[in-house]
Amino acid sequence: MSREAVLHKVRTALGRSAGQAIEKPPPVRLPIPEVGIEARIQSFCERIEALAGKTHRAASTADAREYVARVIAGRSAVASNAPILRECGITLLPGVRTGITDRNELRAVCSTAVCGVSGADYALADTGTLVMLSSRQEARLISLLPPVFMALVARERLLTGLDELLSILPHPAEQTSSMVLITGPSRTADIEQILVRGVHGPGEIHVVVV
Amino acid sequence: MSAAFEEKIHETLADPKLQLAIYKATGRLVEERRKSIEPDVCPDFQELRTRANAIKRHTIEHLDHYLEEFARQVEAQGGKVIFCKDAEEVSDFVLSLAKERRAELIVKSKSMTTEEIDLNERLEHHHLQSVETDLGEYIIQLAHERPYHIVAPALHKTREQVADLLTDRLGVPRETVIEKQTMIARAVLREKFLAADIGISGANFLVADSGAVVIVENEGNARLTTSAPKIHIAVAGIEKLIPRAQDLAVFLKLLGRSATGQRLTVYTSFLSGPKRQDEIDGPDEFYVVLLDNGRTKVLADRDKRQSLYCIRCGACLNHCPVYRKIGGHSFPWVYSGPIGAILTPQFLGVRHEPGLPFASSLCGACAEVCPVKIDIPRILLELRSEVKKAEARDSAGRLERLAFRIWAWVMRHPRVYEMAGMAAASLAPSESGWVRNAPFHGGPLGAWLSQRDLPPPPVRSFRQMWRER
Repeated sequence: MSREAVLHKVRTALGRSAGQAIEKPPPVRLPIPEVGIEARIQSFCERIEALAGKTHRAASTADAREYVARVIAGRSAVASNAPILRECGITLLPGVRTGITDRNELRAVCSTAVCGVSGADYALADTGTLVMLSSRQEARLISLLPPVFMALVARERLLTGLDELLSILPHPAEQTSSMVLITGPSRTADIEQILVRGVHGPGEIHVVVV
Repeated sequence: MSAAFEEKIHETLADPKLQLAIYKATGRLVEERRKSIEPDVCPDFQELRTRANAIKRHTIEHLDHYLEEFARQVEAQGGKVIFCKDAEEVSDFVLSLAKERRAELIVKSKSMTTEEIDLNERLEHHHLQSVETDLGEYIIQLAHERPYHIVAPALHKTREQVADLLTDRLGVPRETVIEKQTMIARAVLREKFLAADIGISGANFLVADSGAVVIVENEGNARLTTSAPKIHIAVAGIEKLIPRAQDLAVFLKLLGRSATGQRLTVYTSFLSGPKRQDEIDGPDEFYVVLLDNGRTKVLADRDKRQSLYCIRCGACLNHCPVYRKIGGHSFPWVYSGPIGAILTPQFLGVRHEPGLPFASSLCGACAEVCPVKIDIPRILLELRSEVKKAEARDSAGRLERLAFRIWAWVMRHPRVYEMAGMAAASLAPSESGWVRNAPFHGGPLGAWLSQRDLPPPPVRSFRQMWRER
């Protein structure tokens, strides 16, 4: 439609001509602090708990599985195809649907399941954030439709913060159509500034550091 | 100042409940922001502002380059970019796509840009249902109102008013507990998400090197809007560009803190193109609508183009002593507060509401908190001067000029001046309040005179006394 018309107006407004070279953009600065793994885990867990999320530091894969089983407590659950879930034996828990690759099936299962379980690609210590890249292993709706969400993250995937993430992943679009940062349970304060959790996404969130 | 503007202001000032709601909500947001930028939590906050300003300036000064790079990247990933010059082109595009795909239901996540072009109304006019899914936006859509605040659209609604709305529009039993009201909305909107054919979102940032749309939110409705339906359309102003994904390190830290005092909002989505072949879910079609709608006009003004740096955090509203008294609906357009006072005249022309640039004490709080350092007070001053110049060209200004010319002539002729003084003294009553109660009270000077008075004129003037000495 109006592509050339709009671009022409932009150029005229700026006094530029088509294809004219540009100055260099201001340099990127991504300072990455030196933070030990223990301090990172501690900060990560503190931040999530400050947002009313729950955390568990699993000593072993079996420990992780037990924690997840306790949270599921016999309710319906859907697990993603992330390798970490298989390694921890979560895909073998009774009542857990997994291995879904069909979109319609995934949607149907996610819209009735009480719990969703995913593996997080990275976690950010200074904000308590989970980083989820959409792929054949990880669907978008698992962390979105069920009211309870659990994420497992391997301790070596714990980064200091956003700066480190963007230095590791300078071009997320090369890997995925969707990178989502999740920082705590879904929330709103749209009526009288009163905080309510779980408005559209999950109101309950558990993170297991394996 | 137009009568409508003045009336809205007086209405808001006279409503104690509304005054309290605005005061509390903005006060809380100010406090949350303050806590989140304290030096021990965010030592480099001021440096981030400086860098954000530099990146925005660079991007805006080379906007054509970044628009083309963005479009190229989106298209390389299988998405489409549609440039639109105005509201009508956007709705035409959405309508024709909906018709081709036989779409009947649209879910929408919060977007000031679509508010700016009344997209919902335009679509509904053509019998295409478009449902807002952000809780606050949903409430104001049910109420047929426009957002009261850039980040807290239903700031002015009490739980009782929300209860009435839900009962009236959805036929549910009256419910005044906020948690339960939220769950009612969740249930209604969940069905919409799963049934919708198209999801329309806004964009907080458009990343040129990635062809990505970045959306920040707390509820999860934007994620659902952009993930559940088979078609995702993002509508954004052309000024939303940033050069690189890595620049998000600056902007995400500033936006959450400035808006609500959050280090990061609950969800930040970085979306680039439709679902990839091996991905399980996500939209099959991905469109980005890039809207001009007056932005190139703003861009042409070298001094004021910085208005386009705005990232819509709402901090200038929360810190503005004027917004905190007169509220969001007094402002004549969708953008309220200090940023609205500079955007509205530039988009719609200074004559749209000539009083707007003057509705400020120029205290400078807005510039002090702006995360991208827009010099709002300076732009307000320039707009004031533009309003005055426009008025001078109009008839109202001509009247003013005539009055001053007569005044100057009288002042140059002492005899005439003296006679005029005598005439005034003989006509004016001898008690106070004579100006306030004068018959021309309702005239063009009425508002000014209502707050002012002159003492009764003396029996003998200074000149008479001087001569008699």
